[in-house]
Amino acid sequence: MAHMKDKHGRPVVVVTGMGVVTSLGQGKDENWSKLTAGQSGIHTITRFPIEGLRTTIAGTVDFVPFDNAPDLTTKMAALAGEEAVAEARIGDAGTFPGPLFLGMPPVELEWPQRQDLARASGKSADITYTDILRGAAAKDFSAMQTRFLFGSVGDALADRFGTKGAPISISTACATGATAIQLAVEAIRRGETEAALVIGADGSANQESLVRFSLLSALSTRNGDPTAAARPFSKDRDGFVMAEGAGALVLESWEHATARGATILGVVEGCGEMADSFHRTRSSPDGAPIIGCIRNALDDAGVTPADVQYVNAHGTSTPENDKMEYVGLAAVFGDHLAGIAVSSNKSMIGHTLSAAGAIEAVFTLMTIRSGVIPPTINHTEADPAIRMDLVPNVARKAKVTRAISNSFGFGGQNVCLVLAAEPA
Amino acid sequence: MAIAPEREAWITGIGLVSALGEGLDAHWDALNGDRETWLKLDSTTHAPYHVHPAVALDLAKQIPDRGDRRQMEGWQRLGTYAAGLALENAGVKGQDDLLKSMHMIVAAGGGERDYAVDGQILSGLEASNEPGKFLNERLMNDLRPTLFLAQLSNLLAGNISIVHGVVGSSRTFMGEEMAGVDAVRVALGRCHAAQGDIFLVGGAYSAERPDTILHFELGHMNWTGPWVPVWERPKDGGGTILGSVGAFLVIEAREHAEKRGAKPIARLARVSSDRTRRKDGDAEHSMAVQWNEISPGLIPGATVVVSGATGVSGAMAIERDILDQRRVPTRATGSVIGHSVEATFPANVALAAMMVARGEAVPPIGGSKDEARMTRKVKQAVVTSVGHWRGEGMALVEAI
Repeated sequence: MAHMKDKHGRPVVVVTGMGVVTSLGQGKDENWSKLTAGQSGIHTITRFPIEGLRTTIAGTVDFVPFDNAPDLTTKMAALAGEEAVAEARIGDAGTFPGPLFLGMPPVELEWPQRQDLARASGKSADITYTDILRGAAAKDFSAMQTRFLFGSVGDALADRFGTKGAPISISTACATGATAIQLAVEAIRRGETEAALVIGADGSANQESLVRFSLLSALSTRNGDPTAAARPFSKDRDGFVMAEGAGALVLESWEHATARGATILGVVEGCGEMADSFHRTRSSPDGAPIIGCIRNALDDAGVTPADVQYVNAHGTSTPENDKMEYVGLAAVFGDHLAGIAVSSNKSMIGHTLSAAGAIEAVFTLMTIRSGVIPPTINHTEADPAIRMDLVPNVARKAKVTRAISNSFGFGGQNVCLVLAAEPA
Repeated sequence: MAIAPEREAWITGIGLVSALGEGLDAHWDALNGDRETWLKLDSTTHAPYHVHPAVALDLAKQIPDRGDRRQMEGWQRLGTYAAGLALENAGVKGQDDLLKSMHMIVAAGGGERDYAVDGQILSGLEASNEPGKFLNERLMNDLRPTLFLAQLSNLLAGNISIVHGVVGSSRTFMGEEMAGVDAVRVALGRCHAAQGDIFLVGGAYSAERPDTILHFELGHMNWTGPWVPVWERPKDGGGTILGSVGAFLVIEAREHAEKRGAKPIARLARVSSDRTRRKDGDAEHSMAVQWNEISPGLIPGATVVVSGATGVSGAMAIERDILDQRRVPTRATGSVIGHSVEATFPANVALAAMMVARGEAVPPIGGSKDEARMTRKVKQAVVTSVGHWRGEGMALVEAI
């Protein structure tokens, strides 16, 4: 089975099942038809009161009933995971022959829980943590404790899918979903497992998370026309739009997938990363970590810039990210960049944070499989400093056999994936 | 599938900070001393809860930039400091070329709260007729923008990249005790398989925070009685005393270490992990399976167990099930450094390396009557982890 090894002699890793949930809807079909129609899922927030907020729009997933952020994260992860596992037709019911790699947001108590605890203390004024602790001691809050453990999301999903061993829960900020894929690829390459379930999910768009990003001036304040707010690479972009969702992929060694007769949806040819040591919220002005991370991915895949036809951009719509991403792409691809299509799914689904890397990997593979590139919508005013083919506003038919998907994290964690069609 | 022969992995650097001090020598001395040296309990600041606070640090030694220090909260400073110690210990600090190819895996929980703001908001919410609007206004006006950077789990790794220049890769695992086990396990797996030559792996936990104590109090899992070693707590209901710990390891392929003339502290031979539902003896079974994978290679009479026992009854019972049968001398470090959740396992691998490197076990920890004396030469240490809620893991650390 020598042909099932890559250029570095490692097992080729393929994708045999995919699932997705975004503000556009549930499932690949609904998402793909809306995405290729240039439809936006961004809307005015109805989940919580918006009075007094600077940003009042988001790409929340409002069709999944939930109790709190870890609950919504778990439920969307389960929906995406089920779609992926069903498509892959892998494992017996309730079992999956490999581990779970889960990209997810950090977990923390929320205001309703804090209020419950404060009330249990019997105090209603001048409340301190001493009171909250007294409240916690007064009643049984063990269910709350379990729910707000970081490990509880992965635990519930490991139970649901019957994955093997300890689930790995990952956070590398906006690169989280891509890091989860990378960890699974590495585990398959080193022979630790033949298959892995990867899910990136994020259901954390609550009041406090929104305010935190808002206070860092990272969010778009284009509240008047929500669907026009996310405008990656446009001259008038003003920040990202917070969003929710989940993406899931079943990864297998090519050999394992072929032996069981699975349909191959695509190949994860390479993963590259490079962390940034410049600043907590800003990337190096020279773009070195972004350049290094893309180059590492191409090297890992054993391909050159000339072999890539499409870039699924990180493209958050913040002034700085989009500029730096262009600088990075221009440095890596040079003259080839003119012939490469670049689009940002975030123009329609917003920034799904911990889920973005997984969701966008799914959409990239669908782009390769379908021969349709989803557009970068809201592209009305080009940024003269950014000269790329952004597939503006309207989807395009194009043959794509190899693409990269970028994820650049807040806190300096950058990941790039090289995704390709199954070799003939 | 053919698997390439495993490369040997060495621990070539350790950075450890806890209530007992800074560095392995300070820990060795404290654990070999008397009660005054190993029991540094703070029972007043968070009364009725005890904590094992981290020793006071001269932060500027590892985090020279004041701006950097200001942008971190306690757990990040502790972790960034310990990471710096580990890099220094491995002789790679400031060596940019090495740090550029160094891979990092951090086990982390969440960051801190602004306690005063939380209290004011909770009081206000009770009195407000429009609580949603009130909450928005208070959050927009009262939250420190930079506090977010201390709350994100991945920002300990981010700070280590910024302060120490470790940028080869950066991943943060979450999930309490198991995050620490899997961080070390994945780093070792990658090192064995040549998916990187040199790794920085570890975690940090601050116990000196009401919100971390709160988390355990939700399950009534804090020990509030007079201090006793962890093994003595289950008979009185059990409970944990949290401890502030920063623990980082440099794990390196032997050939890579030899090439640059680095000395090993110990060999990290094996790490395993699992998750069970903790029903019908499945956790006990998993621990037995993991033990049996290690035990054929154990030298009779030369092994010590370094246990991550938390003091929480259910988890302790699972661990006793295996340890009571194997009757290997055990040292539960949590009795005196406290339970440090994500940092527990990396800290115990560090202390295990310390014991095999010296060929000697420390005396029963905290004077525990449940821990057997060990007079023979120690060549191997098994590190155990049974999470307070989930996760079972083990490591084998060997003398070189």
